[in-house]
Amino acid sequence: MKPIIKLLLEGGSLNTAQMAQVLNLSETEVNRQLDELKQQRVLLGFRPVLNLAQEDSGVVRAVIEVRITPERGGGFNRLAERISRFDEVESCFLMSGGYDLLVFVNGSSLQKVAAFVSEKLASIEGVLSTATHFMLRSYKEQGFLMDVKPEEAERLKVAP
Amino acid sequence: MDSSRHIAKHVVNLPKSGIRDFFEIVSKMKDVISLGIGEPDFDTPWHIREAGIYALEKGKTHYTSNLGLIELRRAIHRYVEKNYSVSYRPEDEIIITVGVSEALDLACRALINPGDKVMYHQPCYVSYSPSITLAHGLAVPVPTFAKDHFALTVEALRAAWEPGCKLLMLNLPCNPTGGTCDRTQIEAIAKFAIEKDLVVLSDEIYSELTFEGVHTSIASLPGMKERTIFLHGFSKAFAMTGWRIGYACGPAALIEAMMKVHQYSMLCASIISQEAALEALVRGEDAMKLMRDQYHRRRDFIVRRFNEIGLKCHLPRGSFYAFPDISPTGLSEKDFAVGLLQAEKVAMVPGTAFGQNGKGFCRACFATSYEQLIEAGIRIDRYVQSLAKAK
Repeated sequence: MKPIIKLLLEGGSLNTAQMAQVLNLSETEVNRQLDELKQQRVLLGFRPVLNLAQEDSGVVRAVIEVRITPERGGGFNRLAERISRFDEVESCFLMSGGYDLLVFVNGSSLQKVAAFVSEKLASIEGVLSTATHFMLRSYKEQGFLMDVKPEEAERLKVAP
Repeated sequence: MDSSRHIAKHVVNLPKSGIRDFFEIVSKMKDVISLGIGEPDFDTPWHIREAGIYALEKGKTHYTSNLGLIELRRAIHRYVEKNYSVSYRPEDEIIITVGVSEALDLACRALINPGDKVMYHQPCYVSYSPSITLAHGLAVPVPTFAKDHFALTVEALRAAWEPGCKLLMLNLPCNPTGGTCDRTQIEAIAKFAIEKDLVVLSDEIYSELTFEGVHTSIASLPGMKERTIFLHGFSKAFAMTGWRIGYACGPAALIEAMMKVHQYSMLCASIISQEAALEALVRGEDAMKLMRDQYHRRRDFIVRRFNEIGLKCHLPRGSFYAFPDISPTGLSEKDFAVGLLQAEKVAMVPGTAFGQNGKGFCRACFATSYEQLIEAGIRIDRYVQSLAKAK
């Protein structure tokens, strides 16, 4: 793995100037490498990890198990990509087992998510069935614990 | 009435740890960036903590065998054989202790007769010399130097040796210097130990955190297993300092002797910590390697920064300590550390806290976040420049 990717993964919220210091590169070079990663579509973007329950933002999230018909030549890809393009779809994965796609969806209300599933998703030709599970509460996202404050264990400032 | 007159003479004469003084100053200050710690910044990986919780739930709240849980000793046998190429019988060649510190103390108390001399390289971990003194031995320091990257050389050993030396303590990679020895150097030390009939106490607590080359345990060399006590623990590699869990491996007769002292003082290590340690050995390798890789990258950064700032710093091959030479500033290590703390609120430990051979150096622990290391670099730079201007 490239040093810059490792640093992105472990460096948290370092800015490019700080990344340049750690990697012993110029800031221009860091920006160039980041651009290159973007062009190669290795680095797709950055998004904050938010605890929206705190914000009372009223986001409803659901996980949908979708069974679809594979197509000659393209397998599941064409349908999966088509489903992924909806704004409501946060993530979409091809799975092994009892269904084919696992689709993470969000919307501003239960009705909107339900409407998306019945009107948009289930009606696509090739979609055989859907099973929708609404998320009740999130405990951990993208490696962050939601309602547990980072443990601030009492550490000595100087130790042998 | 002066109650201090009751204290035993050898304890009265024991110097206070240099770290203690410094700790008093730092603990009174707020918002300090501390490079003064001697432990990982990571918390113990969750699966290990969980094993501790599970042990409690299962009612594992009792004594264990004096030597420690046999399952843990078996796991240690496999781990040491795989990683250090030396094999110890779980039944009678391994003892679980309360941290390596206890193992070191047991070895000293079990092996040292009053007046026996014990060689140890210096700068070194703060407890070496006191452990020798408390066991009524005489400490014989052997210097290590920046020009050798703080590796222990056989020449220095030879120069320091005197009749009556019985033991040799090693700590490779070393706290506070990060120095270690390559295989050729270890072979030379082993030959010297055999020639002078020394028993070796080899504290290899930082061995997993070796960044370049392969760590060689002296116990694995021909003729050395029978005269070596291999000391190791979980604190550094598995981020388990607070669990206080370590172990010693060695010839059955020596382990038996250490066990006697252990049995009448500590009895056994905490069963909860032993259960967690077992989890660490069986399933902790991935998390350990992840932490090591991070230390490695942080080391490269901070060592480069010290050299840029003008504080010459050798590249420590192991541990999570950098040991820069602060003598170009014209200050003593203690004045430098106190000055840096007061002017810029960055804590580094004066090298002399680790013995007189640490003169002119400070220890900087890089087991902290990039943000902190970057900020510490900026502040140390500013402080060193202000000293240069004041000259």
